[in-house]
Formats: sequence, C-alpha cells, structure tokens
Amino acid sequence: MSAVDDAVRRRAIHRQAASIVAAVAPFGVVFGASAATAGLSLIEAVGFSALVFGGSSQFAAVEILGDGGSVASAAVAGLLLNVRSLAFGVIMAPALFGAWWQRAAMSQLMIDESTAVGAAQAERRWRRYGYLVAGIGVFVVWNLTTMLGFVAFAGAGDLITDLGLDAAGPAAFLALLWPRLSSAPQRRTAVAGALIALALIPFAPPGVPILAAMLGVAASGIGRRPDE
Amino acid sequence: MSDATIVLIVMTIGTFALKAAGPLVLGDRSLPARLQQVVDLLPAALLAALAIVSTVGDSRSIVIDARLVGLAVAGLALWRRLPFVVVIVLASAATAITRLIA
Repeated sequence: MSAVDDAVRRRAIHRQAASIVAAVAPFGVVFGASAATAGLSLIEAVGFSALVFGGSSQFAAVEILGDGGSVASAAVAGLLLNVRSLAFGVIMAPALFGAWWQRAAMSQLMIDESTAVGAAQAERRWRRYGYLVAGIGVFVVWNLTTMLGFVAFAGAGDLITDLGLDAAGPAAFLALLWPRLSSAPQRRTAVAGALIALALIPFAPPGVPILAAMLGVAASGIGRRPDE
Repeated sequence: MSDATIVLIVMTIGTFALKAAGPLVLGDRSLPARLQQVVDLLPAALLAALAIVSTVGDSRSIVIDARLVGLAVAGLALWRRLPFVVVIVLASAATAITRLIA
C-alpha cells in the first residue's frame, strides 16, 4: 500500500463519516428537545448523550419517562434497544485490537453509524479507522446538538408541535427500521412487533407495549425449516 | 434523585456492559447461530414498536392525529430513497401543515 492509496482511502472514509454525522445532527436536536419536554434537566439530557450514547435507546427511555412510565420500564426498554451492541461487538471485535482498557474505551463508540462505517471497510486497520472516525464525529455532534435542542426548545412544547417535531421521532424510527424491511424475516418481525405494541397501548403501562413487541421475533419464521 | 437520573445510571452501566462485551469477552469468537439470529431480529421489532407507539400513543390511549400524516409522508420519502435528513424534515413539515389546516 502506497501513501497515495492510504490518502485516498482515508478521504473516502471521511466522506462516509461526514454524511452520517450530518444526518445525526437534527436527530440530536430533537432528542434535546424531547428531553426538555419530558422534564429532564440539561445535565441529565447531556448525560444520556455522553454516557449512554445510543440514539434510539435514549429516545425510548425519555419517551417512556415523559409519558409517565416507571423507572424500570424506561431502563429496560432503553437497554433492550442496545442489545444489538452485543452483535456489533462481535462484528467489530477483531478490528478493535489493543490492551483491554483500550478495547473497552473504543467499544463505547459502538453505535449503528460507527459500526456501519467500520464494517463497510475491507481491511482490519481501515475498519478500525472508519469505526473511530464515524464514532468520534457522531459523539461530538450528538452531544452538541443535544444541548442545542434542549436550550432552544426547553419549555417550548407548543413550538415542537407547531413545527411538527413530534413527528420527527416516529419518522426517525421508521427510517432506522427501513433498511431491514427488505428481508422477509425482519419484515415479519417488524409487523408483528408493531401490532403487539399497538394492541397493548390501551391496556399496559407506558413502556410495556415496546418491551412486549420483542415477542414479534417469534413471527419471523426463523424457527421453521432452514429452506424457508 | 430524579427518575431520569436513576434511569440514566442504570442505562449507563448496562449499555457499557453490552458495548464492551464483544471486544472484551468474545474477542474473535462468534455467538451461537440461533442466538445471533434472534439478536439480529430484535431491533426490527423494537424500532417498529417505537415508531407506532410514538405515532399514535398518548399515555394509555390511542390518539390518531397529525403525527400519522407525518409517518405516512416519512414512509413515502423512504420508499423514494430520499436521505435521512430529508425524510425527517418532510415528516415534520407534513405534520405541521396538517395542524395548520385542521
């Protein structure tokens, strides 16, 4: 590998990471605004973005808290959304080499975006580089936009509905779900999960419908014959 | 301590463990195939549930309002392969406009 090849590869990774970081920014603003609306303090809102650092899990927890759900249902729903980090960890582990504390530190950048950019590269060192660039980029922008959203929209619930920002969360969830829908087992799981959640809204405390939706995996058909 | 702070602490510890488990414990080994299949499917169920609950849910009741128009527009935009940011902006705008008209 020549230095020129390296520079080209590095630039390609920077471009991929930049578009992903830009896409995350409005989402961060909405998270900050949702946190403010749900009654969190600024420290708590930024705490979620800096310490938990997992977009959909933060939204889930804050959504449930704002809806009057229990601590347990908010925490469990949020954590369940991060269970996929286990799978990401398996995918990225070979690229995140180093001493145990280095691996532990790098693993905290493990989100959809950093894993996507990292896993898209062919060689181990570029997987590591892509993962770190996207992860650090998203981390910085995510935290800054959380603060911006919180401060700009704090106590302005009307502004959020006037601007239709309460539809941004649903749209973002659908956008994150979308790429999965091209696979039949994923599609069956999603439809079953949505129906279970919808059916439980009037009967179960907030948060429970989202947890129960996990049972939708049973509808995926993965338990059937392997040729199906 | 507020409820949100307790949730934040629990999620910070739990998420740290979930994120670090692969690189620290599994290393180069992979999960059993069956478990891997279930882990791969969980996000689809949860994201679909979040989309539907945040669209029509309001505490313990189902409320059909302008958010549903936003979700429909988001679906249309995704089907047309528009970028993430555009999907969010269009969904928000459609919801805002629906409220103005209604």
